[in-house]
Amino acid sequence: MLAVEIDNIHKSYGDTKALDGLSLTMPQGSVLGVLGPNGAGKTTTVKVLTTLITPDRGSALVDGIDVVADPDKVRARIGLTGQYAAVEERLTGRENLEYIARLFHMPAAEGRSRARELLQRFDLVEAGERVVLEYSGGMRRRLDIAMSLIARPSVLFLDEPTTGLDPRSRLSMWELIEELGSEGTTTFLTTQYLDEAEALADSIVVIDRGQVIASGTADELKDRIGGDRLVVTIANADNLGRAAEALAGLATGAIETASVDRQLLIPIKAGGGVLPRAIRSLDDAQCEVIDVELRRPSLDDVFLTLTGKTANDDEEIR
Amino acid sequence: MTSPETLEVGKRARQAVPTGPEWLLRDAWTEATRHLRVIPRNPELIAFATIQPIMFVLLFVYVFGGAITAPGYSDYNQYLLPGIMAQTVVFGSATTGVGLAEDLSKGLVDRLRSVPMQQSAVIVGRTLADLVKNTFTFVIMLVVAFMVGFRFEGSLFQALVATVLLLLFSYALSWVQALVGLSVKSVEAANSLGFLWMFPVTFVSSAFVPTETMPNWLQPIAENNPFTRVTNAGRALYNGLPADGAVVEAFAWSLAIIGVFAVLSFRKFRQTTAR
Ligand SMILES: Nc1ncnc2c1ncn2[C@@H]1O[C@H](COP(=O)(O)OP(=O)(O)OP(=O)(O)O)[C@@H](O)[C@H]1O
Ligand SMILES: [Mg+2]
Repeated sequence: MLAVEIDNIHKSYGDTKALDGLSLTMPQGSVLGVLGPNGAGKTTTVKVLTTLITPDRGSALVDGIDVVADPDKVRARIGLTGQYAAVEERLTGRENLEYIARLFHMPAAEGRSRARELLQRFDLVEAGERVVLEYSGGMRRRLDIAMSLIARPSVLFLDEPTTGLDPRSRLSMWELIEELGSEGTTTFLTTQYLDEAEALADSIVVIDRGQVIASGTADELKDRIGGDRLVVTIANADNLGRAAEALAGLATGAIETASVDRQLLIPIKAGGGVLPRAIRSLDDAQCEVIDVELRRPSLDDVFLTLTGKTANDDEEIR
Repeated sequence: MTSPETLEVGKRARQAVPTGPEWLLRDAWTEATRHLRVIPRNPELIAFATIQPIMFVLLFVYVFGGAITAPGYSDYNQYLLPGIMAQTVVFGSATTGVGLAEDLSKGLVDRLRSVPMQQSAVIVGRTLADLVKNTFTFVIMLVVAFMVGFRFEGSLFQALVATVLLLLFSYALSWVQALVGLSVKSVEAANSLGFLWMFPVTFVSSAFVPTETMPNWLQPIAENNPFTRVTNAGRALYNGLPADGAVVEAFAWSLAIIGVFAVLSFRKFRQTTAR
């Protein structure tokens, strides 16, 4: 059975089409990375799947249950960590967990033991007795995720779990999500960070303007924009033509040149000593080389190719 | 396929989608305890909840007490104090609106809407917590009132009915405040708006002076103000005076306000949170 199945959902706010015919599926036991820039519709998608909003059109199923027709059944099997920390600041960490357990109608004793277990697991045992107001951003996030896991959800939704964290907390959050993933927690993860999706997700869906514009594994997405590239910078722009000729034997496609930067972009197949061969050829052609760089495609390149803009291009203020 | 995981999920799903009033109460109480728990940790809150009723009683009694006489009462204080008590618990209802606006402005409300609880419990729980807080305020006020010479001049039962009535009315206004808090966009607005309407409601009434002393055009407004009706009923009961149908009418007003504003608040809650 599919953990998530979205078919052609639409959601508009006035003239803004937050979701514009978005469809995607996600198998159980996997981590899906939903990648998109500000305003792409990530949070809106999560809100539909977690029963917070109703789509204008289209259907969305979680574990085969319709989110619109049966929201209570869906709520019983999901965990949500929203984009903004959803904790009761005035209570302690432990109280927060026991409180949510009560709202899930777990027996009090089970709620207490589950809370203890999660505090341990999320490295919050000492902090558990302090009020959340005194927590750091990273601790809040960890507590937030712990709260989402209290009733052992069948699908976990994490909406930009590392946004706003410092690099260290971000890294430990990655470890945590990786761990959950390797235990088989089905996770729907949204992010603006390309490296994050690549590191954590089994497969990636790229969305923009409320639509899916690409999907696949990180490798598949990279293949779509072509393989590796060699970026060569030479000393004299006049020699660009001669350099291109010299490197033609290595290229797997058309060589691009940029005279302003005195650079050549050569599509290649990595490995097999391309780098020394390139330098030798340039040397033979008497082109002075300033820099040679082997550039592997990043998801940034994927984004640029697919949307014509970088992921963080449009600074949108909401 | 019956792995332990699916079995567990299935079992939980069954027990986690409860309906019926007992679950509403249970969820509401969970919510209420969330609010009540933090009160003891907040010395300023306790100080405020304690000082305010004391201050109100002393200010009104010593500033106005000597200047005015109320015909038919042994002492103006016997007239005035039930009015002050009514006003104080009504003011106490403001925390409902502010509290809900605060919850809405945080991410917590999204979490609450994604767990299998009864959604209306969020508001019911808030009003219950404020009722508990207002009862505390009321008790303090009663003690201070006794210290400045207030007495139950009717039976203890009548005094009890009067107390229940005033608290019920403050509970009813909590529902009005709930609608205010859910309708405005910010905590600050909930605070100002929540207090704003309470001034005319509590002053254009019989709480501090008999309505006959007001200008002619104002009298019918003051006379028909539900707050006047409740104050009159409470005052009559505390003083052991004949209350006629006033008590029944006051209870009816309170229940009607709860009914109407509960429906409006639930609807507003669904609208504002489903975005
Ligand atoms: N409640 C709302 N009212 C009006 N417009 C909204 C609302 N929620 C979202 N939108 C709009 O819908 C679009 C998608 O928003 P959404 O929050 O889903 O984006 P996102 O991918 O989560 O972005 P971010 O990375 O900034 O969190 C945006 O243009 C946003 O302005
Ligand atoms: Mg978002």
